[in-house]
Amino acid sequence: MCGIIGVIDRGRQRMDGSKIKNALSLMDERGSGEGAGYVAYGVFPDFADLYAVHVFFDNIHETKSVVDRELNKWGTIEHQEEVPTYEQQNIRKVHTPWRYFFRPDPSLMPRSITPDDDIVAYLVMRINTSIPGALVFSSGKNIGVFKASGWPEEVADFYRIQDYKGYMWLGHNRYPTNTPGWWGGAHPFNLLNWSVVHNGEITSYGTNRRYIESYGYKCTMFTDTEVVAYLFDHLVRRHGLTPELAVRAMAPPFWDEIDRMPDKEELLNRAIRLAYGPALMNGPFAIVVATHDTMVGFTDRIKLRPLVTGERGDKLYISSEEAAIRVMEPDVENITMPRAGEPVIGRVRT
Amino acid sequence: MTIGSVPTKFRISVDHDQCMLCGRCIENCPYGVFRMENDKIHVNSRQCVACHRCIAMCPRDAIDIEERPVDYRSHPLWTPEVREAIYNQARSGKIILSGMGNAKPYPVIFDSLVLDACQVTNPSIDPLREPMELRTYIGKKPARLDFKRTNGDIELLTNLVPNLQLETPIMIGHMSYGAISLNAQLSLARAVSEVGTFMGTGEGGLHERLYPYQNHMIVQVASGRFGVDINYLERGAAIEIKIGQGAKPGIGGHLPGEKVCADVSCTRMIPLGSDAISPAPHHDIYSIEDLKQLVRGLKEATEWKKPVFVKIAAVHNSAAIAAGIARSGADAVVVDGFRGGTGAAPRVFRDHVGIPVEAAIASVDAKLRSQGIRNEVSLIASGGIRESADVAKIIALGADAVYIGTSALVAMGCRVCGTCYRGLCPWGIATQRPDLVARLDPDVASKNVANLINAWTLELAELMGAAGINSIESLRGNRDRLRGYLLDESIMKVLDIKTVGA
Repeated sequence: MCGIIGVIDRGRQRMDGSKIKNALSLMDERGSGEGAGYVAYGVFPDFADLYAVHVFFDNIHETKSVVDRELNKWGTIEHQEEVPTYEQQNIRKVHTPWRYFFRPDPSLMPRSITPDDDIVAYLVMRINTSIPGALVFSSGKNIGVFKASGWPEEVADFYRIQDYKGYMWLGHNRYPTNTPGWWGGAHPFNLLNWSVVHNGEITSYGTNRRYIESYGYKCTMFTDTEVVAYLFDHLVRRHGLTPELAVRAMAPPFWDEIDRMPDKEELLNRAIRLAYGPALMNGPFAIVVATHDTMVGFTDRIKLRPLVTGERGDKLYISSEEAAIRVMEPDVENITMPRAGEPVIGRVRT
Repeated sequence: MTIGSVPTKFRISVDHDQCMLCGRCIENCPYGVFRMENDKIHVNSRQCVACHRCIAMCPRDAIDIEERPVDYRSHPLWTPEVREAIYNQARSGKIILSGMGNAKPYPVIFDSLVLDACQVTNPSIDPLREPMELRTYIGKKPARLDFKRTNGDIELLTNLVPNLQLETPIMIGHMSYGAISLNAQLSLARAVSEVGTFMGTGEGGLHERLYPYQNHMIVQVASGRFGVDINYLERGAAIEIKIGQGAKPGIGGHLPGEKVCADVSCTRMIPLGSDAISPAPHHDIYSIEDLKQLVRGLKEATEWKKPVFVKIAAVHNSAAIAAGIARSGADAVVVDGFRGGTGAAPRVFRDHVGIPVEAAIASVDAKLRSQGIRNEVSLIASGGIRESADVAKIIALGADAVYIGTSALVAMGCRVCGTCYRGLCPWGIATQRPDLVARLDPDVASKNVANLINAWTLELAELMGAAGINSIESLRGNRDRLRGYLLDESIMKVLDIKTVGA
């Protein structure tokens, strides 16, 4: 089931995490108290041009030196610290969350056109597949993911998200069926600047995973949601699709509709389905994806999961429930329910 | 007389109380089993091949066929088939011919795979109420798309090359005019045209009576080049280069001169009554770069308007071979498993050479993915597809579409008696004898074949809906939705699937 919410301030005004905590907690009926999480964009202004690599360590003494070594091979750790946490009654601190502010050395990936991103993406895959006891769960610039096993309000208080200020926030209240109790299994999922919160189950996961893994991504989280982040990274960053076109690839119109489109549009849509068919996601889902300047919400092609949007001034809200949006913004306007497969996109002004 | 006669394979009995002496059995049996003497039907069981034509035509259910009424002393190693092959070869000193597909009792992988369905956490989709997409495009796909953006207007810069558009991922494989009758080909052609899919011509040319259906026909270029000219190539919706065949990997083909009647001779462009022998390799293909030249040559000849497929038999190294083919500019790779049927093949090849299509498709799909080129080329599976579940399973293992052969023939009456090579098919399918061919009515047979494909398509839609999938591309290569039931660890690794319960 799960509840999701996202908010973006298109004027880059930063909000602290207290409101989204209340909104997400309102949707506790959609969760089970076994996982919740938040991601905030713009939270590390002092290190804005460095990759904020967040790692869950099972045991700080055993594995941290291995991760340090790996990072130092590929660049410089400019700053690092334990992510501050505050004891909560129901959260057992099974991992130590740690964050590095990392500057990759682009000369080490000479053939890449995006060497910094490629180094960090490579490191994430490498650490997550080859260093037991270390899990990178956030790796973008100026971005922090805060997640754990517990109810949304407990997780928020565990990290004190009210102490962080971001211009964009996503939140997720989890009802796990896979991997309950595992912090890595909580949303949001993140790779580089991409973060995803997801309500649903991707029935095409086997196809999507094998497709994305053939381009060097490695699915390590034992859950279907992470492929969404990798697919966005692949389609938008590597193949240069706009977020609208990426959504078109993942939740395309039906052939019947494409057949009826005017020629030029028909060709474009057919080309997307032919070229990116293995990226098509099936099954019930509502998803909010974010990158540093954009937030995109969309559902599966027959909208088997709810998604509602609302606006107020510069702020765009996307959520499973209108009530949650109203907790954050009682005077919300333009409440709409987007059609199946239709993306809702909010961008910061440039 | 050292060897003497072997036990009859079948024993026919006629219930004379039921028999009304209509003589239909005599009329219908081209093998000469039945005769009328003194107002009574007499039988010569030794001639029987169990084609069931007599049983199907008897109005009184008076005929019974028993298999192996007198058998050899049973022995697990020295089976009756083994012993009889030895007798046969001791007499003849020749290669033994056989028909249809592999007849060894190898385990069928399909039958150890089970499909998934949704419960609670995700809803199944009802194809009666929701759209369900089985449309499949076969052909080269772009590796990526390039766009030009001007004021919010998006223009596609990438050119799409021609693809075949299938309304269902089920095609009919290549069975030539010669191997099967013109009525059989006509029936298949009308069926595929009706349901919106395609069929292969085989290496027998394209008879002019098939011209009306040419937009649904894939013309084959095989090592004998029979029937190939520019007219033939241009009429096809696509062109297939046949390198090998699952029923007899590594060897060519042989249509006996007796089957080369005037019409077959014209269509194949060979002399009347001459044996049509396709050599084992193409005499212009001795390496992968030669194949690339042929692919380009055929494309150039048809002005790059036709997809070109390459068919190989499923052999041990199929994955690497398919990856080479994918780089040759071919639009699709057809992998024909060792269960694939044939009109005539040496028994030793039919039963012992090649690998199952399930394993071959799984390894080809994995290899193409590991090279990042899987989506650029289509993958067609053939050889032993018996029902819609097999279609679903092989697509989940990585195929884009299937070719069916035997199933389509069975839909026209074929009883899988495996005697195609004798040219006496009582169902009018694998024969050129005019009186036998006339038994197959294309009006009826085409409807039967179309019914079969439509029925499988409906079942496939239901299976997909139950799995929460509404588009065939989400089933393709989705091995997570398969489980192996009592398959061993090593084959599950090849198939990249988990066991039931995991």
